[in-house]
Amino acid sequence: MINLTPVIPELVLACGGMALLMIGVFRGDGAMRSVAWISVLVLVVAGIASGTLSSDRQVVFGGQFVTDAFAQFAKWLVVIGAVFGIAMSLSYNERHEVARFEFPVLIVFATLGMFMMISANDLISLYVGLELQSLSLYVLAAFRRDNLRSSEAGLKYFVLGALSSGMLLYGASLVYGFAGSTGFDALAGVFKTGSGPSIGLIVGMVFVIAGLAFKISAVPFHMWTPDVYEGAPTPVTAFFALAPKIAAFALFMRVLTGPFGPLVAEWQQIVWLLAIASMILGALAAIWQSNIKRLLAYSSIGHVGYALVGLAAGNETGVRGVLIYLAIYLAMSAGAFCCVLAMRRGNRMVEGIDDLAGLSRTQPMVALAMAVLMFSMAGIPPLAGFFGKLYVFLAAVQAGLYALAVIGVLASVIGAYYYLRIIKIMYFDEPAESMDRPVGREIGAIMAASTLFIVLFFVYPSPILNGAQTAAAALFAG
Amino acid sequence: MMYALCIFLPLAAAAIAGLFGPWVKDRGAQIVTCGAMLLSAVISIFILKHVALDGQVQEVELFPWIVSGQFETAWALRFDTLTAVMVFVVTVVSCAVHFYSVGYMHHDPGVPRFFSYLSLFTFFMLLLVTSDNFLQLFVGWEGVGLCSYLLIGFWYEKPSANAAAIKAFLVNRVGDFGFALGIMGVFFLYNSLSFETVFAATPAKADAVLHFLNWDFNALTVLCLLLFVGAMGKSAQLGLHTWLPDAMEGPTPVSALIHAATMVTAGVFMVARLSPMFEYAPTALLVVAIVGASTAFFAATIGMCQNDIKRVIAYSTCSQLGYMFFACGVSAYAAGIFHLMTHAFFKALLFLGAGSVIHAMSAEQDMRKMGGIHKLVPLTHMLMWVGSLALAGMPFFAGYYSKDIILESAFAAGTGVGYYAFWLGIAAAVMTAFYSWRLIIMTFYGRPRADERVMAHVHESPKIMTVPLLVLALGAIVAGYVGYDAFVGEGMQAFWGKAILVLPAHPALEQAHHVPFWVKVLPILVGLAGIGMAYWLYMYRPDLPGRVARRFRGVYLFLYNKWYFDELYDRVFVNPARYLGRQLWQEGDGTLIDGLGPDGVAAVARNLAQRASRLQSGYVYHYAFAMLIGVAGLVTLYLWLQGR
Repeated sequence: MINLTPVIPELVLACGGMALLMIGVFRGDGAMRSVAWISVLVLVVAGIASGTLSSDRQVVFGGQFVTDAFAQFAKWLVVIGAVFGIAMSLSYNERHEVARFEFPVLIVFATLGMFMMISANDLISLYVGLELQSLSLYVLAAFRRDNLRSSEAGLKYFVLGALSSGMLLYGASLVYGFAGSTGFDALAGVFKTGSGPSIGLIVGMVFVIAGLAFKISAVPFHMWTPDVYEGAPTPVTAFFALAPKIAAFALFMRVLTGPFGPLVAEWQQIVWLLAIASMILGALAAIWQSNIKRLLAYSSIGHVGYALVGLAAGNETGVRGVLIYLAIYLAMSAGAFCCVLAMRRGNRMVEGIDDLAGLSRTQPMVALAMAVLMFSMAGIPPLAGFFGKLYVFLAAVQAGLYALAVIGVLASVIGAYYYLRIIKIMYFDEPAESMDRPVGREIGAIMAASTLFIVLFFVYPSPILNGAQTAAAALFAG
Repeated sequence: MMYALCIFLPLAAAAIAGLFGPWVKDRGAQIVTCGAMLLSAVISIFILKHVALDGQVQEVELFPWIVSGQFETAWALRFDTLTAVMVFVVTVVSCAVHFYSVGYMHHDPGVPRFFSYLSLFTFFMLLLVTSDNFLQLFVGWEGVGLCSYLLIGFWYEKPSANAAAIKAFLVNRVGDFGFALGIMGVFFLYNSLSFETVFAATPAKADAVLHFLNWDFNALTVLCLLLFVGAMGKSAQLGLHTWLPDAMEGPTPVSALIHAATMVTAGVFMVARLSPMFEYAPTALLVVAIVGASTAFFAATIGMCQNDIKRVIAYSTCSQLGYMFFACGVSAYAAGIFHLMTHAFFKALLFLGAGSVIHAMSAEQDMRKMGGIHKLVPLTHMLMWVGSLALAGMPFFAGYYSKDIILESAFAAGTGVGYYAFWLGIAAAVMTAFYSWRLIIMTFYGRPRADERVMAHVHESPKIMTVPLLVLALGAIVAGYVGYDAFVGEGMQAFWGKAILVLPAHPALEQAHHVPFWVKVLPILVGLAGIGMAYWLYMYRPDLPGRVARRFRGVYLFLYNKWYFDELYDRVFVNPARYLGRQLWQEGDGTLIDGLGPDGVAAVARNLAQRASRLQSGYVYHYAFAMLIGVAGLVTLYLWLQGR
């Protein structure tokens, strides 16, 4: 009898998703809202189920699937991201006549894929989870199929995603061929005892890393991000920025510290490069953007760079820093995208940065939230964004990666320019036409919640810090 | 307790008037600061009796300040006779000036600010004189410098006032540089900054040697000279005097308090306070005497040719400070302090009287546009006479006693420097009497040279201004007679106690009472001669001065232009510094640092940003290509790293 307890969250998601599909089929699109709220319920139940599991490391399905404190922490973040994604989409979809019940269901399935990624303990299960997630996301990106830009985004994402999956698979096959196993534990054992990895293994590892770097949109595998962020419907963009990134990062960390853990000296340099390229490009390319969604895309590339700084440290402190960073990034992005969703004029979405002009006078609360979030993204104390950066840079410095930390700080100085520019436009420019009001209940709530989190993080940071600490420790326990 | 109260009352008043100015209003600020000063002045009289007359030296430890390794210093007040005299002078003159200012400044918009600065100045001055260590002395020293700066530039809308304030500050910085070096040197030599420790150790260090740049110096001489540079800056001695005349841009009560009676005498006070050190550094004493005597002479020559009523008095102050210094230089510290006290009274009186004249003449300061008003302002006229008589050293006025004893000491010193100081002092005395009566005659007598509107407006000042003048006049009349015995006469030893040290080898002051008769009479005679000359030239032959000036045009211009000191400094220091600053600003900062730094980096960042966004072409195959290149690049890098 297989022990199914560790996979209860995934089971909840799978069964829930299929049940919701059934409800949708029989009730039609009119049931979109109820399907959506039930989806949220399913996600929350899955999250709670994951949280109530024992935080000890448990391996099931013949070593394919693992659950530990690290997985729990990452899954919680993913669930929050997914819930936010559904909540933010509701009124948007209705307004744009794409209120189809498949939307929340797709998010549930994508979340299932992410859960699988986070808990993957074998190259095979890694790929299956990744593809389940990706396929859902491709559909979501093209969800407004009668909209040219949305379909273009979906297609681009699909083609490039297929390419990256191909790389990942090719890398996995090379690894299997040279190491003789696909299981993470077995691979770690092989690398530990071997007298230095063979060339084939190295190439395989690089391909795997490239495939994963695509998912977290690290430079130079980031090219899809601005186009897809801009083209996809805004709630989908928000969801992209929140959940998949966290799941992919969790997977990235698990792969690098687990099977490739003994090769830390090798992959450290690659992560180092990815981090620097991402930070610099994220900081520079955003300066000239006039579309707020594109700007946030580059901003997310930059944030990935900062998070990679922590990973480059390659130790427990570094992983802890990455997890803290991701949690804070989740809140910042959710809030920022809520503000973007609040940008409606004459019942149409506007996305230009100039449209924010004088927002402080027409919608002071939204402007205030946006200002707080931008300051936080720029990393200005005492807002949460500062602490996120602090912990990753601290880890890098402790690991002796001084150049990385210095470049990171410089990049965040450059990056501060465009964050502050948004604040300047909102507060000091002549008001444009005022935006539609009200902003909507769910969006207002998420905006308020994330802003409060950002502002008050420094008062009571211990839940996040301790959670990240336990999770990071779990990753290095094995 | 009472002692601390005397010092800190002005600080409290300054804080109230300065921080709560808008709430307490003009009237409140005046009441608070004047009240505090009056109280302080009353206390200071008790202190003078306790400490100086009953001989009870007081030390009040407030709290430790810096404790760092060997270095320990505390906030502490030390009251010996020297301090008590200074506290008495400062509080009484400051009190008079405070009350006078109520009238003088009554239509100024910044009354609370003015009174706040004035009280703050008084506090720092008191801190300076009550200090028991070098560091606290320095705090007070800088504090009065700050207040002097603030008050000179009080009318900050006037560019000339701002320029004068900055000049005063900068010139003082030169002196303070020496002073600060001196303090560091003291700590280097003695490992302590406490007066008591340092003075006790001085006899043993008399022959200590300072090794610097392969040269050996007598350590004590170097220290004393450095400290004296500080005193020169603050007391406007020859070379560092240029700020004092310009400082007359400030309101007149400020000139009276800071630039005549108290702050500028801080240098004299310091030399007297450090007499236990200077006594063992004969070379330094020599320099002090020479600088003092030269200043006395030099400033007096300039004073004869100035036309601004306040500038005449300013140069006179400069000159009188020179007297005090050469008194110290011949080891007659007590005479120097004695003159400091009498001078504080009669010079404050003169300044405030001049202020009263300016007040009456609708803010006119040029003496060539005055004249003929002695019947219109009889009280001011009389008071100016009193002040001038005291300044010229006419018998039985305060200046007579103090100035004579200084000149006698210089003569009695019997050294070359002593005679040098004596004769220059005599020459300065002639000129002092001359320019004083030149001032009186030009201001009060002759025919009116002001226009009718101004003349119609001439009026005697209100009581609030004249009563303080009367108090000061009383001081100018009796201070010399009352103080003579205690300060420099029979009671000298008992009075000063241990506050001032004079080695038996330097008996100038003792000997001063036994100089030949002609030495005692000469100052009076030359003073009378000076007065007579002024009368002859300006009262009876008003055409003569112009002819003399034309005849000796070179000399006149030389004196009128203040020996071209300002021009010299402009040429030597100011212009090169300005040139250097401009170069550094435009070339160094503008082109180099800004060009490469902020501007350059920003331009590069914008450029790169443009390129980065151009990478994003929108074509899928470009993106795919970038990914493949990325992978290929990473693999290559790995293999290369592996191969190394």
